[in-house]
Amino acid sequence: MAHLLLHLLVLLLFAPLLPGVIARTKARFAGRQGPPLLQPYYDLLRLWRKGFVLSRTTTWVFSAGPVVGLVVPLLAALLLPFGALPAPLSFEGDLILFVYLFALARFFTAAAALDTGSSFEGMGAAREVTFSCLAEPTLMFALLVLAKLSGGLSLQALFGTHLPASWGSGAGPALGLILVCLFVVLLVENSRIPFDDPNTHLELTMIHEVMVLDHSGPAFGMILYGAALKLMVLGSLLVRLALPWNSGFWLFDLLIYLGGLLLLAVLIGVVESVMARLRLVRVPQVLIGTSLVSVFALVLVLR
Amino acid sequence: MSDVNSVILLVVILLNFFTLGSARLVACIRAVALQGALLALLPVTVHGLSGHSLILALGALTLKGLFIPWLLLRAIREVRIRREMEPLIGLVPTLFLGVLATVAAFLFADRLPLLLEHQEGLLVPASLATMLTGFLLLMTRRKAITQVVGYLILENGIFVFGVLLSTAMPLVVEAGVLLDLLVAVFVMGIVLNQINREFATINTERLSALKE
Repeated sequence: MAHLLLHLLVLLLFAPLLPGVIARTKARFAGRQGPPLLQPYYDLLRLWRKGFVLSRTTTWVFSAGPVVGLVVPLLAALLLPFGALPAPLSFEGDLILFVYLFALARFFTAAAALDTGSSFEGMGAAREVTFSCLAEPTLMFALLVLAKLSGGLSLQALFGTHLPASWGSGAGPALGLILVCLFVVLLVENSRIPFDDPNTHLELTMIHEVMVLDHSGPAFGMILYGAALKLMVLGSLLVRLALPWNSGFWLFDLLIYLGGLLLLAVLIGVVESVMARLRLVRVPQVLIGTSLVSVFALVLVLR
Repeated sequence: MSDVNSVILLVVILLNFFTLGSARLVACIRAVALQGALLALLPVTVHGLSGHSLILALGALTLKGLFIPWLLLRAIREVRIRREMEPLIGLVPTLFLGVLATVAAFLFADRLPLLLEHQEGLLVPASLATMLTGFLLLMTRRKAITQVVGYLILENGIFVFGVLLSTAMPLVVEAGVLLDLLVAVFVMGIVLNQINREFATINTERLSALKE
């Protein structure tokens, strides 16, 4: 029980720091001071104190979107080991549940966007669904590579103690490939540059931001919080893969994990600062490319 | 040393995918140059430091990594073609075919009756995959200069195979260098041809008349 509480507490308290770190990194790259690191927490507090504004054309689906978007990363985090800390909930085949929980969240976000009846939001929903269904094979093949290496089918086993040995063995290059692929998936799923610009408000180029335009107050807060949680949950996959050490002492393991996440946030900030957005037609090409690279990693492991 | 080998060959295969999926000519040529430069490291990492492998590495580096890409980039600048790859079939289908070819190369290499020390490594499958990628580029691209890129990748694949045999058969080394020279001549011919065509169609005299 104490373990479960610690898991959730780390997730809930730490997650909003990551967008803050990304914003700070981008500001530093642009030569600006940047908002304080804790700005996302202030934003969430401010949004929480406001009231709801609901359009009369919307139904319950519209308010279900943010709620599901907040609950799903929490559920997914329960299946996932945080660094060397074991997952509170683990069973054979939970990686399928993990992938499709995010599909569920996406379904509800897209449904909520369509429920407003605005053609603009429908366009964003169409784009988001297209891109994420292209990103899904990459994630699945990457998890398959890990499953082949570990011999288990739960996320706990996939990210278990065999990882340092696997990096040293012949499977190291394959692990490197899927690390890159997972990073691309992370960027797509969290609507980051070069796939989507979280700060843009230009109609024709927005993808994720379009879908949440009509949410206000606490609902928008939930969406922001859910996005931060999602970033942390997907980031955990990468951090565990890149820093697979176990020290045996839980506090030290936790520090390695959190430090890895901060490094990842800085890396995302750097990528966002040095890259331009891809043209919309190029995005599917890149995503298909990463899927094929992860298939290739699977071939390397299988032979 | 086998770790360094497999990393080099892995990057070479990834560069194959990149050239198949990229729409920009300059990026493609840079990728091929990088591929050639990486392959130049192979004789040293496979056979160790000796005069023979050093000469091979230096020759490959200057020709594949520097000279031919420089020629191609210069040709593009002179003839003023910028980015068009003009594939006969789309970029994504070509990429798919490339991955299928790579997988086929891996399956095929596992069935070949190889020596024991070559069975596990990436050398044979990488060389087959690179050759097949070169064939694909040759078949699916319309412009002469992109076909030269395909030809260079094909040659890179042959070079990987040659590295495998170079201690047993020094003749292969010479053959490889000769093939490189052939490519250089090929490139020069195309450059001249393109410039010729440019001057045949665009009459400079008429252009200056327009200006007045």
